[in-house]
Amino acid sequence: MGRTLAEKVWQDHIVRQAEGEPDLLYIDLHLVHEVTSPQAFDGLRAAGRTVRRPDLTLATEDHNTPTIDILKPIADPISRAQIEALRSNCAEFGVPVYSLGSIDQGIVHVVGPQLGLTQPGMTVVCGDSHTSTHGAFGALAFGIGTSEVEHVLATQTLPLKPFKTMAITVEGDLPAGVTAKDVILAVIAKIGTGGGQGYVLEYRGSAIRALSMEGRMTLCNMSIEAGARAGLVAPDDVTFEYLAGRQHAPKGADWEAAVDYWRTLPSDDDATYDAEVVIDATTLAPFITWGTNPGQGLPLDASVPSPDDARDDVDRVAIERALEYMDLTPGMPLRDITVDTVFVGSCTNGRIEDLRAVAEVLQGRRVADSVRMLVVPGSVRVKHQAEDEGLDKIFLAAGAEWREAGCSMCLAMNPDKLTPGERSASTSNRNFEGRQGPGGRTHLVSPAVAAATAVTGHLSAPSDLSSATS
Amino acid sequence: MEKFIVHTGTAIPLRRSNVDTDQIIPAEYLKRITRHGFEDGLFSAWRKDPDFVLNRPEYAGASILVAGPDFGTGSSREHAVWALQDYGFAVVLSSRFADIFRGNSGKGGLLTAQLDQDVIESLWAAIEADPSMEVTVDLDSRQVRAGDIVADFDVDDYVRWRLMEGLDDIGITLKQADAIDAFEATRPTWKPTTTPVA
Repeated sequence: MGRTLAEKVWQDHIVRQAEGEPDLLYIDLHLVHEVTSPQAFDGLRAAGRTVRRPDLTLATEDHNTPTIDILKPIADPISRAQIEALRSNCAEFGVPVYSLGSIDQGIVHVVGPQLGLTQPGMTVVCGDSHTSTHGAFGALAFGIGTSEVEHVLATQTLPLKPFKTMAITVEGDLPAGVTAKDVILAVIAKIGTGGGQGYVLEYRGSAIRALSMEGRMTLCNMSIEAGARAGLVAPDDVTFEYLAGRQHAPKGADWEAAVDYWRTLPSDDDATYDAEVVIDATTLAPFITWGTNPGQGLPLDASVPSPDDARDDVDRVAIERALEYMDLTPGMPLRDITVDTVFVGSCTNGRIEDLRAVAEVLQGRRVADSVRMLVVPGSVRVKHQAEDEGLDKIFLAAGAEWREAGCSMCLAMNPDKLTPGERSASTSNRNFEGRQGPGGRTHLVSPAVAAATAVTGHLSAPSDLSSATS
Repeated sequence: MEKFIVHTGTAIPLRRSNVDTDQIIPAEYLKRITRHGFEDGLFSAWRKDPDFVLNRPEYAGASILVAGPDFGTGSSREHAVWALQDYGFAVVLSSRFADIFRGNSGKGGLLTAQLDQDVIESLWAAIEADPSMEVTVDLDSRQVRAGDIVADFDVDDYVRWRLMEGLDDIGITLKQADAIDAFEATRPTWKPTTTPVA
């Protein structure tokens, strides 16, 4: 019987298999950041253990880092202590680290692919749920907790039970103005925040094949928001073209050997999945969230739902609570929701194509006076590339702020936060209560919708805008 | 890790679904580099409301949290498990847990027992009727018992064995060092390394 991509990658990494026990899987790449690693390094020290493969481990500073004045000491002493702990742990255990000020610093899920470290058929883990991002390359990539971080540091393996497989097939051409972000928000709204629980999602179909690598990363990134630990896209020429020539990509004869292997990875024609969801790409539209979990999303043309629309009692309570927290009234057109802040960035939408999409909308336009807009590149290299292309000048001319690289307002661990009651349109991945700052209210949107919303001051698509003034 | 066989205590009904780990412990508490002392961060935004169930005196001292479906979604932060344990919880009952949270719980010795939603609803009603009611969670027989309610719960066999033995995963895996060495010897040479740093 044929095998799926997920099954092939899994089987190629089994160190040990025994009846009644989880499989022991080898980990090809372990990414580390400051927030979920200090207790793991402490555990190693307490047990007198070492890092088995520092050469398969890479650390970067991203969650806590400020996005202004990055070369000054971090003002918040607790954040500073955590960054300093990462640096001293990496020095003690021999783990390479890209610190603030390095050209390779940035959000861990932007840095790995950009360096060519994320490659098809690999197993990739990180103490961060958005590790699913790397699945865009056909790598089995998933988030782990701190105990598992310690386990991988010590053994370069993880004991795991096989995931079930779910095919998400998106066929047809996406309408103009519909992006990978809209696709994944629609998928989550369809299957729910628990719909992918226990599964690896494999995104297939002509609409997925037509996406760029960056679009595929956006898609796989939010698989966790559907409850799935990992998302996958089969590697193809788009993948190979993205990787060719990158710093850590194979070269010469190694490249040929690698590509030969990578071409064996896509799911076999007769492979079967444990579940399948089919979506008609031509029916999709710009999508936004109205509530407090990523499954509470609707097309921008829709209106705020009512508790009467609930599937069951649990859902009714969830809708009532979300409406109260978000201060929304059932029946109100989503386009009438005004925002105070627009955030562009994060591991979901902080790459160069995202910034280009925002610049295209902002070119010749102004951010509304009532709106503050932050544009935060996903990495230092993304920042430099944007500046080389002149995108920063477009953002600044429009009245947006252009910041340094990091996670920033996606999770508000650094000074970039919403104030209580403040409302944002955000290209990030989570609209949980208080996610962007205590009492803050978040609407998840694509970069293009974020930019158009910044111009009008209320939730908008670029097609809603009149012509630019210059 | 301490062995977990049977736990008996009082319970708190948390009538909410999709309790994400940002609610269990907000990001501002994740800057600490210690493994203990996270009880102040547990549900810290919700605890500002004096009527929130954790603030109600009748539920003081409870050690079993009975929550709605999709408990522990979102961020992989293991601090969520530590915060629940530091506050005094030994068990969470729900009709569905997020994968990463459930895995983290198993590592840290917090039992996540999965029950049908109708059992959860019965437990909520029974606990609200009598907050002092004792609830027993028996990992050996995979059963929850509370008043008239007796229900079997789902827990992974391997996790159950590890919890009952109080075993540490890393120690178990390190016994397989030869198998790891053998696997490493077969890895293609073109697989990337992170060093040397350019």
